[in-house]
Amino acid sequence: MTAVQTVNSTLRKLPPWTLYIVGAIWAGWLFYLGLTGGLGVEPIEALEHRYGKTAFQWLLVGLAVTPLRQHLGINLMPFRRAIGVTAFFFVLAHFLVWAVLDVQQLSAIWADIVERPYVTIGMAGFLCLIPLAVTSNNLSIRKMGAAAWRKLHKLVYPAVVLASVHWVWLAKGFQIEPLIYLAVTLGLLATRFRPTRTRVA
Amino acid sequence: MARRYKSNLTWDDVTPEHLYLNRRQIMAGSGALIGAGLIGGQARAQEALEPNTWEEITTYNNYYEFGTGKDDPARNAGSLTTSPWSVEIDGLVDNPGTYSFEDIMSEVEIEERIYRFRCVEAWSMVIPWNGFELADLLNRVGVQDGARYVAFQTANRPEEMPGLRVPVLEWPYREGLRLDEAMHPLTIMATGIYGRDIPNQNGAPMRLVVPWKYGFKSIKSIVRITLTEEEPHASWNVANPREYGFYSNVNPNVSHPRWSQASERRIGGGLFARREPTLMFNGYEEEVASLYEGMDLEANF
Repeated sequence: MTAVQTVNSTLRKLPPWTLYIVGAIWAGWLFYLGLTGGLGVEPIEALEHRYGKTAFQWLLVGLAVTPLRQHLGINLMPFRRAIGVTAFFFVLAHFLVWAVLDVQQLSAIWADIVERPYVTIGMAGFLCLIPLAVTSNNLSIRKMGAAAWRKLHKLVYPAVVLASVHWVWLAKGFQIEPLIYLAVTLGLLATRFRPTRTRVA
Repeated sequence: MARRYKSNLTWDDVTPEHLYLNRRQIMAGSGALIGAGLIGGQARAQEALEPNTWEEITTYNNYYEFGTGKDDPARNAGSLTTSPWSVEIDGLVDNPGTYSFEDIMSEVEIEERIYRFRCVEAWSMVIPWNGFELADLLNRVGVQDGARYVAFQTANRPEEMPGLRVPVLEWPYREGLRLDEAMHPLTIMATGIYGRDIPNQNGAPMRLVVPWKYGFKSIKSIVRITLTEEEPHASWNVANPREYGFYSNVNPNVSHPRWSQASERRIGGGLFARREPTLMFNGYEEEVASLYEGMDLEANF
């Protein structure tokens, strides 16, 4: 068996719902750390950033599913929905920590969304993901038809671009990490929009 | 010139060392005190403020020469050699030269100053500094007529400061004050915290503390002080003049373009800490407002 086959057969044994369990445990663990001092002396900002970054990482894993299958033959397709929903769950957690624990006031939340471009952009990315989360079930695919469903779910592309700009924009000074995420995002999107060349056998 | 300022906060406000670890529990019951903030800024300032713990002050730092994460400085700053240390003092002074740390310390009086500290990122602490008035040092070297500003520079040692590999800002870090700000009794050079030597991550062996300005003005690990006629280079101001003014006085009415400055979060309140209103000049309005009389503080932010 090749390495890819081993990976694929291992993945097949793993039911996709395990991802939800892992995601929930991870989110809960981070929250627990925040409560008990494990995230440092300023846990609100730390938790906000940890949830945001985790969400971003899941979004990128979701974007990697197709190129991984096309170029390396690794099959993560059975996990794609669980990956996407887990990503959304962390985006929601990120948003809630920001709104409830960080900003704390409804008027200030609204003012931030309207006046601060990086918040506006993050919010727009979040809104893009809501219909995707809502339609992440077989019933929606049947009702909408596969073509329309696939088209709707292309909203993940603007969402992840908005997420990367959101992070680059909020960084103080010139910082490398958000730029790396932006580059990975653009790279993963490029695998989709580049015309596929026929490979020489 | 020492002892020109008496803090509202006294050593009675400082948490005794043996209570550090119990403070979280105490905080849980202090919600009522924070409510006192509604009565009025000054009242809150005097009654409800409790200095942050040693752990809080020394593990949550912005010192980009050691990394941009809040915990990076505590982890990486150990590599900074702070002894021997000297400060080059030049420009419009009568006695320019290189002054060793010991030489500087031999002629100043170290005082305890418990100050509010407000970061431009909208978090704050209360820190019991030990230090001397900058005016004492400036008077010793003799400020010449014509000097209108004081420029400061942080150590620039790539081999000891891993963060310098990344051009987050234009290195070395530089800051500046108007001469009257530098001579103000509130402006100190801090050399200690809680009576101990100041840790590297907080700017050892000697840093500026200007409590009515955003924290980034209080430049760390100073190696050079220059008296100038022209407004000096200030790192954040040069990096992004739209976001960081030369003055950078704490002002709840002037928002940073990317976030509001109307409120702040005191470090140490845990996951459910409430925001508190930010005070004009960080609560030092009575002492420093006269420095800016007639100035448009929205234009000169």
